[in-house]
Amino acid sequence: MILDRDDTKRRLLFWGVLLVIVAAIALPFLPLFIWSFSERWFFPDLLPARFGLRAWSYVFDTAGPQILHALWQSVAVSGVTALISVAVGVPAGRVLGLYDFRGKNLVAVLLILPVIVPSLSVAMGLHLWFLRLGLTETAVGVVLVHLTFCLPYAVFVMWGVFANYNPDFEDQARSLGASTVQVVARVMLPFMFNGVLVAGLFAFLLSWSQYLSTLIIGGGQITTLPVLLFALMGSGDRPVAAAVSLVFVAPALGALIVTSRGMGQRNLSGVW
Amino acid sequence: MAAEGPESPVIVRPATQRGVARDRQPPSRLTHLLLLTPALLVVVGLFGGGLLMGLMQSLGHIPAAGLQELSLGHFKGLFSDPDFVGSLNLTLYIAATATLIATLLSVGLALVLVTLARRHRLLTFLLQIPLTVPHLVVAVAMIFLLTPAGLFARLAVQLGLVDSIQAFPLLVNDRWGVGMIIAYVWKEVPFITLMILSVLQTAGIELLEVGRTLKAGPWQRFRYITLPTIFPSLSAAALIVFAYTFGAFEIPFLMGRTYPMLLPVWAYRSYSDVDLMARPEGIATGLVIAAVVSLAIVLAHAILSYARRRGAVL
Repeated sequence: MILDRDDTKRRLLFWGVLLVIVAAIALPFLPLFIWSFSERWFFPDLLPARFGLRAWSYVFDTAGPQILHALWQSVAVSGVTALISVAVGVPAGRVLGLYDFRGKNLVAVLLILPVIVPSLSVAMGLHLWFLRLGLTETAVGVVLVHLTFCLPYAVFVMWGVFANYNPDFEDQARSLGASTVQVVARVMLPFMFNGVLVAGLFAFLLSWSQYLSTLIIGGGQITTLPVLLFALMGSGDRPVAAAVSLVFVAPALGALIVTSRGMGQRNLSGVW
Repeated sequence: MAAEGPESPVIVRPATQRGVARDRQPPSRLTHLLLLTPALLVVVGLFGGGLLMGLMQSLGHIPAAGLQELSLGHFKGLFSDPDFVGSLNLTLYIAATATLIATLLSVGLALVLVTLARRHRLLTFLLQIPLTVPHLVVAVAMIFLLTPAGLFARLAVQLGLVDSIQAFPLLVNDRWGVGMIIAYVWKEVPFITLMILSVLQTAGIELLEVGRTLKAGPWQRFRYITLPTIFPSLSAAALIVFAYTFGAFEIPFLMGRTYPMLLPVWAYRSYSDVDLMARPEGIATGLVIAAVVSLAIVLAHAILSYARRRGAVL
């Protein structure tokens, strides 16, 4: 049996490990914060000689409209990508999770490939085709290329969800006189709600952080946040790059915080 | 791949692993097909179509430019270029090293965490934070930390560890890609750890108790109980990380050297060259990347099934 002393030791060790994890996770954010509030920072000073809001006022005032536009483009592209991924992922996940059929392994391989093969290989090939279809430099084209890797993720999440689903409940509801709409709304939806949340978040975050495929298909016309951040990095203005980086992280982190309650035991480990 | 909650601790094929998939009054094959069609359309049409279009162009089939014949010229050209082979090796080295370090750290971390707290919401939440940070931001942050004018160098000077900016080791744009590896490890350790944790938290605990009552030592318990339990998720996670680090663009573009450059950077540089004739070469490089990661899956699968037959793992 565990003695009380052992228990205290374990608790101490646990908080020690937790502290190390928090420090390791927070470390890269530290220079981003300091740089974004610095106006003059000489080497080898540990802190800036002068703090100020120049970078932030640049982000919100001078480049405000540009950044707001990029934010809107990013939210629109990632939001639509996530919506389509979930809408297509739910029926596919249901079939894969509930039934065995011939060719299921082939479907699994087909779905795993876009997860493994980098998007740049696909985007380069698609460009010429999209050019002919008039889809380059359009948000639709960018959404389509993002779908190639976001959608398989959503399918895998929903596959996992439906693997634990017992459709007998649907039959029971039906035998009690529920209509199809009622069955979907009252039986299937509540069960898969958390899964849909995770699948949507996965797809959203994957699309949110895409740079190269957006650039290749969007041709610089669809300036999502990563495209803008790359351009700003090139200008060599560290405080501004730091501030924009934080703007770029904030919505994803917010999405995590908002959904983490609903996610319960599921976690985000499908997104890098 | 989603590591699911404890109810479906899985990766590639949740249904079959759980053995839950069943043929219950199967709806017609047509219904299956109908429900799967939109997903398959995207994967086969857009993903497959993109690769195929790329293949045609890299084989020199560009009708708009009056080029009709197919030839392996671009691929031959790439592999006879010693610079390309150097880039390929460097990319393999970075991806393999980052994956190996991240995997080892994750296994250690997961083992410590699972013995300290079986399930902890705060911990899961914390580990998810790096997953939401785009690689681009990780690269920017690491540059601010690791360059000779970065935070670590300042700290080293203040502590008197080095006396000048030159004395601080080059960690970004360096020969061995140390900065890139650190950036990838920071990003991938939480991912792999969460994947293993979700398996460890459900399976393995009771078995470990059994192992303890049977007087198995810590190493024996790890080797014969924990490792076989986590192996499927661990290898899948490692494979995903390898594939990702091999084909990612942002971190090598911002943190790598201009020579020799990593393959994804090479691919994009050729692709976006002002000389349009360099474009097929860029696409060919993209396909080489795709081929290497696909080969990695096949190889890993073959090694795994061989090891399983020999009884080495599980």
